[in-house]
Amino acid sequence: MELTYTAEQEAFRKEARTWLEANVPAEPLASFDTPEGFEAHREWEKKLHAGGFAMVPWPVEYGGRGADLLEWLIFEEEYYRASAPGRVNQNGIFLLGPTIMEYGTAEQKARFLPKMASSEEVWAQGWSEPNAGSDMAAIQTTAIRDGDEYVINGQKTWASRGAYAHWLFGLFRTDPESTRHHGLTFVLVPLDTPGVTVRPIEKINGKKAFAEVFFDDARVPVENRLGDEGAGWGVAMATAGFERGLMLRSPARFQSTARRLVELYRRTVAEGGFVDPALRDRVTKCWIRAEAYALNTYQTVSRLLTGGKIGAEASLNKIFWSELDIEMHTVALALLDGRGELLPGAPAGGDVGDWLDGYIFALAGPIYAGTNEIQRNIIAERILGLPRK
Amino acid sequence: MDFGFTEDQTLLQQTVRDFLAGECTAESVRALWETDTGRSRELWAKLAEIGLPALLVPEEHGGLGLDERDLALVLEETGRFALAEPIVATAAVAVPTLRALADQGRADFAGTWLPRIAAGEAIVAVGHVESPLVADAHVADLMLLPRGDALYAVDPANAKCVAQPANDQSQRLFSVEWSPDAATRVASDDTGRRLQAEMLDRGAFGCAAQLLGVTDQLIDMGALYATQRKQFGVAIGTFQAVKHRLANAKVDLEYARSVVHRAAHSVALAAPTRSADVSMAKSLIGEAARFAAGESLQVHGAIGYTYEQDLHVWMKRAWSLDLAFGSGAWHRARVGDALIDDALPAESFGYQPPGV
Repeated sequence: MELTYTAEQEAFRKEARTWLEANVPAEPLASFDTPEGFEAHREWEKKLHAGGFAMVPWPVEYGGRGADLLEWLIFEEEYYRASAPGRVNQNGIFLLGPTIMEYGTAEQKARFLPKMASSEEVWAQGWSEPNAGSDMAAIQTTAIRDGDEYVINGQKTWASRGAYAHWLFGLFRTDPESTRHHGLTFVLVPLDTPGVTVRPIEKINGKKAFAEVFFDDARVPVENRLGDEGAGWGVAMATAGFERGLMLRSPARFQSTARRLVELYRRTVAEGGFVDPALRDRVTKCWIRAEAYALNTYQTVSRLLTGGKIGAEASLNKIFWSELDIEMHTVALALLDGRGELLPGAPAGGDVGDWLDGYIFALAGPIYAGTNEIQRNIIAERILGLPRK
Repeated sequence: MDFGFTEDQTLLQQTVRDFLAGECTAESVRALWETDTGRSRELWAKLAEIGLPALLVPEEHGGLGLDERDLALVLEETGRFALAEPIVATAAVAVPTLRALADQGRADFAGTWLPRIAAGEAIVAVGHVESPLVADAHVADLMLLPRGDALYAVDPANAKCVAQPANDQSQRLFSVEWSPDAATRVASDDTGRRLQAEMLDRGAFGCAAQLLGVTDQLIDMGALYATQRKQFGVAIGTFQAVKHRLANAKVDLEYARSVVHRAAHSVALAAPTRSADVSMAKSLIGEAARFAAGESLQVHGAIGYTYEQDLHVWMKRAWSLDLAFGSGAWHRARVGDALIDDALPAESFGYQPPGV
């Protein structure tokens, strides 16, 4: 156990810091769940890509720089230090990208990864259906083979980024006689395909964060299949593992929020207003838990770099970060007290910042990427060995 | 950056686990509860045979010359088996304190005790500033006790020890009356203060490492019971309400684990952030242990509430170790002081906030 960085890693940190300081927009971009914010975030991604920082752990030929996971953590630390914009294409770069790397053909890698890295093509997720939420194996939307094409019929819902994205990846039933997790296939669908209708859904703050997607004899070429026909469940589980595990929520995100929370606490106390005395302990605990998440991630990365695999432990991650995120924002709003109700533009808002927006975002954490109840089942059954039935 | 353990370290852990599985059963722990001292010199001698008290003793004094990164997994095992012997006080606190004293011109004194500890012939009780009580004073051959800014090496024969019965029968606590004098003072002023602070951190780290094993065992006992116990015709572990209690306990344990391992690293290498790192570990794992105790009890139902069932052996370990060497609440408050009032060095791991 040696918890120090190499000279090369320190040099990489410096390079990333220098570039980000010179390039991160001075003013925060509009939400990527608005049309203008979506385009502004794509512009930022283009810049990031040109600078060579769009997806540092990817191979060079796909738009990355071939960095290892430690360098990726370092980059993320610098990214959050610089308060750089949210990643509009996170479904692509963090979830689908690694899945294509593992299951895609050479042609698929060449076709999809570079445009994903540059956000020329932004991706939405297509898992849930009206009758298949936590029970994802209940998927009904069909993709029936017709020559060199799949003909898709049915409906996906809660497709994150679906309102403005260009492509959707998801699971479809290619064998109409099949049940549960058999007969499912992982298919990539351009959202401008004739027969595809996207209807945005507004989340509780009115932003179009996700969408329903309807398929009415929509035809996509067979080359858009990722992995074998009927083997989609296994491919989807790999993607879900990335989502719950390392890639989607790197620790710096929570460490930077925890640090801002400490600053908010100090400032609020210094201003002499009302501060619930119980909040000091909760602020401290938030910071400790953010550190615990970082340390756990570094420990996991150490294991992966020495040949280990990430399995059901991804479910531990997902519960931990999603609940921590809610607690940090809950404490921040409690510190803001009456001002916690105000939107960022309100004249009396002061340093209300984006805590409210962050809180609303955080509330979705225990729901998406497999509800925390499902994660607890996974932990109990696959890690603790409790019986399924 | 290597946040893992070496093959040697995990091998040592396995050796200790195998040894304790045979020599430190729930039955034998409970048998010791019924004895006057609650301690077994025979068991201590066997622990010495596999090298436990000697782990941090320098090789020139008959030890293994290792550090806290080697000790962490070993202490975890002693927690898993609810070992009551004073391994934390002797091996994790007294030995490094004696090493530090040797560096401060007390080489003769340290050289007298370190070989005896390594050989399993001496047990050392330690006091610390956060508690008026001293554990295991009744079986100690030497006590290292703080008073003011100084540290004293006290012969138990020259102290009056009054037993303070405690809820965890594996604990033996004493109030100790003794008179400090120049002859027994081994460190004072800056050195005394520094050693006192180190002793507290080392003890807290040791308890935190033990609590990893205690917590793991509490969860395992709950999972085993939930797999065997049937109600409504099925194992109760099939019910989500039962599953989720144990899953939550597991989440808390695994995140505390990484923090305890980092504390081992910080103590071993005398990191500037050592105190805050130890306090984070102690507060997180203490809370995780108490939580696991409560959840495992609820999963067990009434049987877990009986004296006959062994669950309370580990529940009581969870409660007492959470309080030992500074309670979890005290340690969390200390992190808060570091973070909010800049009272101690505390840094984020990896992430450097703007302005730093």
